[in-house]
Amino acid sequence: MSIVTVQLGQCGNQIGFEVFDALLRDSHSFQGLCSKRENEAYQTSCKERFFSEEESGVPIARAVLVDMEPKVINQTLSKAAQSGRWKYGQHACFCQKQGSGNNWAYGYSVHGPRHEESIMNLIQKEVEKCDSFSGFFIIMSMAGGTGSGLGAFVTQNLQDQYPNSLKMNQIIWPYGTGEVIVQNYNSVLTLSHLYRSSDALLVHENDAVHKICAKLMNIKQISFSDINQVLAHQLGSVFQPTYSAESSFHYRRNPLEGFKDPALYTSWLEPVHAFNVWKTQRAFSKYEKSAVLVSNSQFLVKPLDMIVKKAWNMFASKAYIHQYTKCGIEEEDFLDSFTLLEQVIASYCNL
Amino acid sequence: MTQSVVVQVGQCGNQIGCCFWDLALREHAAVNQKGIYDEAISSFFRNVDTRVVGDGGSISKGKICSLKARAVLIDMEEGVVNEILQGPLRDVFDMNQLITDISGSGNNWAVGHKVFGSLYQDQLLEKLRKSAEHCDCLQCFFIIHSMGGGTGSGLGTFLLKMLEDEFPEVYRFVTSIYPSCEDDVITSPYNSILAMKELNEHADCVLPIDNQSLFDIISKIDLMVNSGKLGTTVKPKSLVTSSSGALKKCHKKPFDAMNNIVANLLLNLTSSARFEGSLNMDLNEISMNLVPFPQLHYLVSSLTPLYTLADVNIPPRRLDQMFSDAFSKDHQLLQADPKHSLYLACALMVRGNVQISDLRRNIERLKPSLQFVSWNQEGWKTSLCSIPPVGHSHSLLALANNTCVKPTFMELKERFMRLYKKKAHLHHYLQVEGMEESCFTEAVSSLSALIQEYNQLDATKNVPVQDLPRLSIAVCCFHWLPY
Repeated sequence: MSIVTVQLGQCGNQIGFEVFDALLRDSHSFQGLCSKRENEAYQTSCKERFFSEEESGVPIARAVLVDMEPKVINQTLSKAAQSGRWKYGQHACFCQKQGSGNNWAYGYSVHGPRHEESIMNLIQKEVEKCDSFSGFFIIMSMAGGTGSGLGAFVTQNLQDQYPNSLKMNQIIWPYGTGEVIVQNYNSVLTLSHLYRSSDALLVHENDAVHKICAKLMNIKQISFSDINQVLAHQLGSVFQPTYSAESSFHYRRNPLEGFKDPALYTSWLEPVHAFNVWKTQRAFSKYEKSAVLVSNSQFLVKPLDMIVKKAWNMFASKAYIHQYTKCGIEEEDFLDSFTLLEQVIASYCNL
Repeated sequence: MTQSVVVQVGQCGNQIGCCFWDLALREHAAVNQKGIYDEAISSFFRNVDTRVVGDGGSISKGKICSLKARAVLIDMEEGVVNEILQGPLRDVFDMNQLITDISGSGNNWAVGHKVFGSLYQDQLLEKLRKSAEHCDCLQCFFIIHSMGGGTGSGLGTFLLKMLEDEFPEVYRFVTSIYPSCEDDVITSPYNSILAMKELNEHADCVLPIDNQSLFDIISKIDLMVNSGKLGTTVKPKSLVTSSSGALKKCHKKPFDAMNNIVANLLLNLTSSARFEGSLNMDLNEISMNLVPFPQLHYLVSSLTPLYTLADVNIPPRRLDQMFSDAFSKDHQLLQADPKHSLYLACALMVRGNVQISDLRRNIERLKPSLQFVSWNQEGWKTSLCSIPPVGHSHSLLALANNTCVKPTFMELKERFMRLYKKKAHLHHYLQVEGMEESCFTEAVSSLSALIQEYNQLDATKNVPVQDLPRLSIAVCCFHWLPY
């Protein structure tokens, strides 16, 4: 069962590269304590999920690269090709020249409708290549303009066009102290829109990953490359093929299916059902044993509350609003987004 | 990737522009080893096959044939432009890109704006349109001029309105040299205030710079170089002030060195848009992040380093020093005191081998000594570009939207009023067709309104930050269901 990845914006594309790289390296790496047959089943499952094969034997990532300016995509494509181990499809990218200027409204209301057809066509082609298609994995940041705004637009479109497929959005929560000054506006608008159209939001906070690099890995001069590699490692383990209910050698057919389990989302449930454990014998990457925890908990309430608070304070002064209204996002749209997020915060708090 | 066009107006504008093109060529020559015309170069240069006569010679890919600057050179005197065309950069400019006259504007904004504006309107439009047509995707006009004279100030701002009308989607970034107190042009306050009104209304972003700051920077560098205190030699070509690579004991032409600083400012401003990096910052992001309200678009710039020591192996402490320097008055291109005023927003554009952790560490370190407006406590916009400037391992450009520009404007207004009350030299302006006293009164009002905006912000300075009451949501039995 295959997953089609959509990488949007600088962040999405930079991370996307690291994820595919990590996945391929894992499938070729140390097999740990499992048997050869088991390892082969694992490798096949892994590869098929994220890569397609072409005649030359070099795996091609099942991905669509989208950015509104060319520098990052060019770099991403060449890094992949240079690795020699895998590459991106020749016609798998959509690029423009001007960028989105960190403006969510520009990404959502201008670039979105303008390039809707081209982008959806590219995605359609990628889906058609899959023998059995399971869903979408969308990688984007919340702070900028393309990943956030265009990402929200594309996710909505995917909801309309593929209502029965799963969409999981990997969103990057920006550092608390500015990468982008309007990041709180962009984040609020992104989250409120994704809540309505995405099935699952997998969140990574730059601050948290940064701490991992600093404290657990002791990296002295942390670069975005380091951060993205840690992220990719985590994501790779989340997507690692795991056993399905049937038997030991049978990998779970739909990797995203597990996220559809309603037990993950109800507001109250009994402790015995609280943990959904997915197992595999095969080691991940270089490690003999590893564990990944994906949780739906109240951990995100505090950061979410912080973003809403800062965005609200800025909104009250009307700062930067003219940049959004000139692209078609009105004050009402902001208010709708605030309302929705306050509801989410309230309901998490009421647990 | 996008392209930008530089419009250099008047003596000052053209001299700075000339330095800019020289440095831009050097920078791209250093980065682009293979001589292939790539997107980075195309942002400021066209690639032309000079064998083709007329307009059809543009080559969009492949080897570099002949580079032509995306520029329009305008001056109402011939001296400066002629010098450029006879100098080492003559091949970089197309004869079709120039507009010159002989008589000059006599340091009179009205002559520049009204007389030459209407006289050259069609020609200006034609040249600008041509330069825009040569661009695949034009994003920005960079206008370089001085405020105190007649051509740069008057005709330069006339152009601004024209650009807004003709190319509304293209950004207008203006680099304006403000006159210092000892400026020898008596009417510079008139010219500056009249120009300010146009900047308020038609510019997207203004980088005000004053000659005094540039001069101070040059003096300090000269002092350090000549004092022998450094012990090690200063690398030639590393001086942000030098263009020819030779170390001069004393600058014979101080303006050359001063202009190079401004040229470096423009290069660094556009570096993250031209070159790759782990956190890019395009030109449209500058406006988006640094201009919270349309009228408040004046950005104080500071640049570092201004020179590099011969010791190439720079340990982290020196890197942090770079950040401290950017926030010291010695490195500012405008006389102002941002640390004791209020920040609305601040951008840090870093080049070279600097990573996100270095950036964050320094922001944390410097933040406590800076005051940000209540609704933008974390008002930092950052960018990391991998390619450093020529001769340096890293550099930093800080752009601050800060209420510290207010004193500059107030002082300008005072100088204006001293002249205006006595009606001194007013007749030179009023005798120009289209000029009336209302032009002056409107210009002063415009400036007063701007100063008032900054006053209102300053009033919030020491007020403790309070979170505003949020929306209250009624939650009743809200079950969160999967779709």
